[in-house]
Amino acid sequence: MSEPNPEETAPPAPLLSIDGLTVALPADGDRPEAVHEISFDINRGETLCLVGESGSGKSVIGQAILGMLPHALPVTAGGIRFSGQTMPPQRDAAFGAIRSARIAMIFQDAGASLNPVRTIGAQLAEILAVHGVSKPARLPRVLDVLRDVALPDPERIARSYPHQLSGGQAQRAVIAAALLLEPKLLIADEPTTALDVTTQAEILALIARLKVEHDLSVLFVTHDFGVVAEIADRVAVMQDGVLVETGDAQDVLRNPQHPYTQKLIAAVNPTPRQLGSDDGAPILEATDVNLIYRSGFLGNRKALHAVKDVSLSISEGRTVAVVGESGSGKSSLARCLLRLEDIESGSIRFKGAEIADVTGAPLRKLRQSIQVVLQDPFSALNPRQTILSAIAEGPMIHGIAPDAARAKAMELIELVGLSAQAAGRYPQEFSGGQRQRICIARALALEPELLIADEAVSALDVSIQTQILDLFADMQRRFGFAILFITHDLAVARAIADDILVMKSGEIVERGPADRVFGAPEHPYTAGLLEAAPGLELFQQGSAA
Amino acid sequence: MSDATAPAAPQRARAPIPFSVKLALSFVTLFVLFALFGHLLTPHGFRETSLFHRLEPPGTEGYLLGTDARGRDLFARLVTGAQITLVVAIVGTVIGAVLGSLLGILAAAKRGKTEAVIVAAIDVQASLPIIIVALFMLAMFDNSFTLFLLLVGLNGWEVYARLMRGATLQAKESGYVTAVRALGASPARIYLRHVLPNILNVALVQFTVNLPLTVLLETALSFLGLGVQPPLTSLGQIMSEGRDRLMTAWWLTLLPGAIIFCLALSVSMIGDWLRDRLDPTLRSER
Amino acid sequence: MTGYILSRLLRAALTMLVTVTLVFLFIRLSGDPAAALVPPDAPQEVIDQYTRALGLDQPLWQQYLGYVGGILQGNFGFSIHTGIAVEETFLDRLPFTLHLGLTALCMAIAIGIPIGAVAAIRRGTALDRFVMGFSVFAFAMPNFLFGLVMILVAALAFSTFLGGENASVIWPALTLGLAAMGSFARFTRSSVLETINAPYMRAAEARGIPFGMRLVRHAAPNAAIPLVTLIGLSLGALVAGSVVTEQVFAWPGVGQLLVRSVATRDLAQVQFLVLVVAFTMVIANLIVDFLYLIIDPRIRAK
Repeated sequence: MSEPNPEETAPPAPLLSIDGLTVALPADGDRPEAVHEISFDINRGETLCLVGESGSGKSVIGQAILGMLPHALPVTAGGIRFSGQTMPPQRDAAFGAIRSARIAMIFQDAGASLNPVRTIGAQLAEILAVHGVSKPARLPRVLDVLRDVALPDPERIARSYPHQLSGGQAQRAVIAAALLLEPKLLIADEPTTALDVTTQAEILALIARLKVEHDLSVLFVTHDFGVVAEIADRVAVMQDGVLVETGDAQDVLRNPQHPYTQKLIAAVNPTPRQLGSDDGAPILEATDVNLIYRSGFLGNRKALHAVKDVSLSISEGRTVAVVGESGSGKSSLARCLLRLEDIESGSIRFKGAEIADVTGAPLRKLRQSIQVVLQDPFSALNPRQTILSAIAEGPMIHGIAPDAARAKAMELIELVGLSAQAAGRYPQEFSGGQRQRICIARALALEPELLIADEAVSALDVSIQTQILDLFADMQRRFGFAILFITHDLAVARAIADDILVMKSGEIVERGPADRVFGAPEHPYTAGLLEAAPGLELFQQGSAA
Repeated sequence: MSDATAPAAPQRARAPIPFSVKLALSFVTLFVLFALFGHLLTPHGFRETSLFHRLEPPGTEGYLLGTDARGRDLFARLVTGAQITLVVAIVGTVIGAVLGSLLGILAAAKRGKTEAVIVAAIDVQASLPIIIVALFMLAMFDNSFTLFLLLVGLNGWEVYARLMRGATLQAKESGYVTAVRALGASPARIYLRHVLPNILNVALVQFTVNLPLTVLLETALSFLGLGVQPPLTSLGQIMSEGRDRLMTAWWLTLLPGAIIFCLALSVSMIGDWLRDRLDPTLRSER
Repeated sequence: MTGYILSRLLRAALTMLVTVTLVFLFIRLSGDPAAALVPPDAPQEVIDQYTRALGLDQPLWQQYLGYVGGILQGNFGFSIHTGIAVEETFLDRLPFTLHLGLTALCMAIAIGIPIGAVAAIRRGTALDRFVMGFSVFAFAMPNFLFGLVMILVAALAFSTFLGGENASVIWPALTLGLAAMGSFARFTRSSVLETINAPYMRAAEARGIPFGMRLVRHAAPNAAIPLVTLIGLSLGALVAGSVVTEQVFAWPGVGQLLVRSVATRDLAQVQFLVLVVAFTMVIANLIVDFLYLIIDPRIRAK
């Protein structure tokens, strides 16, 4: 595909060079500049990880390199050179075709970056057509790249629509689209964040292989130092639009200089917590719980067996983590234990009393003792209710006088680390982490004996995750409740759990104390999950050395 | 990136009301005042005829907006017509809104067979334009003001039902309802304190879409001579009577027509603005 | 996919059945059906025949079965006033209404959709504001007023009368299509805005697809999906609008027939026309549902 290029004979110069790039934000932004005086190089054949959390400005850099910065975000200083050539960062139709042939991009939500009403083959062939490939040459080339990204049965994939592909297949198809024109630079913007950990590992391995085979340079944007450990040659860390640390990946991982980098790395490799006592009486015991979701009618009936014969036991003051990938039934299990779903069969006992068939007023009374913190802090609070009223609502439902309930709510607001002024405000005025604190306060207002946290930190940035996990542990020490923590993230489970349950396809495949499950997994699925978890391996080696 | 304890962003300052919306609000106010107090401005009753003052053009001494073929004061007739149109529009829209919303919420709350029946009813209504239903009923039964009001009230109930069912289902599945259920709240508390306040906007915005449609339905039926019957009158009925004299006495049709148009225009402009302000993601339902 | 088709067919049949049942019940509530279905000057044996055919001495459910059976066999009854079978009068009128309605629909599509798309692409410009203004205007404008103003202007300025069966279809069609044109423009605008900001559009830009091609090959097919629903729904509005428009322009179509039949309480005729409208709408919705199968691969997969 690629013709001999005079640049390749030139002395080794960086493929991409960003020099003092500064991009202004519109006047009503939360800071004056999206990114401030960013400088870094990417050499040929090198993978640079650009690490930062939401709002750090990392995506703006990707847009600028692609020349897709909207005019509302003007470059006020600095510039971008690619193969020795200055590139306009703003939208510029004339540069579009040249640039897209040499710089390709893949996205976080691969499915959404494909047109839902056209086949994969048509979309890929169109890219070739735009760049002047003759019609008969297109299909063979498309099938070639689909094979190259290890998609099974490329002919069928080419005929498929995006919704017919799994998340991992869609990401492979998007990578294929990026490879079509043999680019020199691949920009990957959080391409594995939406994927399960095993799929993530496959995609990371694929990118690493393609990098070598196609002599690519990769700019990999991520928030996850685990991913950095897997794939990066060099790393650049951004915080609030400023580059705080750059360096060789191994150096930064082993010896981070900036406190922010240290914090991000610590989030990936958490110190296992001090184990809770294991002599408490069981609070909640479930035996052979089954849940089947039914839908449709007449000839169109469907049934999904979401939870299969699950048994578990949680003791006073313990923290149990249920780990599983998406669709493993772990959240359905949480809904069963919360009695938000009626189970098909099995038994759930709370302090020895059967609760699986309790309904009406007795069930509402029981709910005091089992509380929940949900995944999405943005939808978990009624937008029309003040913080104080949201937290005081639980006690008031259960007969506490309004004044006493509000006093208790005020106490909790401060306890979870919010200021007293927060009480009269509405949820929209708070950040995700703050909202999760409010949700925890709401749950704790009922003084529960069991707190079920359903992916309670997955929607948060990693540094905020650490704070919220600390808050859970803090509150547990203070109030002594047991925690059932549902999560897909092994690092989170490691940070908080005494015991681990691993779920797959609605069943529990492995259970045991956290150090045993992480140290010597018995079930191949668990072993596979640990293997796939980005970075864990490296840190385990690191701490052993 | 620190998880500061003070609330992040204060709520954005509210944008000022645009000029066009102010104009629309003034027109609606003026229309209501005209309907309520207009009769104080003319010495004539709306049924009072005068053989000496037939088809007087607007501006004639004593007849500000002229007279019709039977010498009745157009101003007085417009005031009465505006009253009737206003009553029919408001009562009709409220009937549809309440009936439709209740059915929609009921469907989402009960699910199962109740929902299937309500959804089937929505489908049936959606395949029969309301004006056809109204014409059928008016052919079957004696035309009375009550029947007419009920028929106009049915206008758009299925849209409320569909919207409110969707909004209720969405609210039911939301995190905050799950959390409040887990707190032990009773169904009454969940629906009254948490679901209802969050779906009311949807009904409110639809109200502003439906009100002009109800005005147009009432005036259209009356224009066809099948709505409000003499001796009562409405803006559409006045137009219907003046229609045959379009060339010679334009004011009999164009003045009531202009009032209907401006009213519908104003209400839908207010509705658009309200929708943008309450929730920019709400899709227009017309 | 078979499940989808079956459920749509079932829903259509159910809707039609409920409509027929309601019409039957209301006719029974309103008076003597035998008198309503035969010509007023019909000889006694015809009335007897109808009474027997309708089985008025039988229990209600048998009458109901007889009614549905009659409809299925094509016995719809006769006009009280002309004594002609109701479907014959209807078929005489139908070409006029189709001519008017289809012209109006074409005008609404041909004008409404392009201006809506242009407004979305040129969002925030004076052009956009003009199109949005037009759509509010079209929504609020009563079609009888718009028609009368056109007739008045034509008469005063050009001394022509825009009405009757020999006049041009353009003016009544414009009157009828105005509201749909406004709502098509508005809806197209929001639909296109939604698609041009979709992630796959930015991805296509990053892959070097030129702007025009992104618009035609990527945005348009996605924006068209909700528009198909809207066009299906607008048929109801067109049927409703044609009732008024035909009256204003003295257009001898089905709408005018309906108004006259209601005014003269010609129940057999009214009942037949109501069933025809319901049937047309059910078929139109069915066509929309099946069109989805063609334009949206996600539904085909179900």
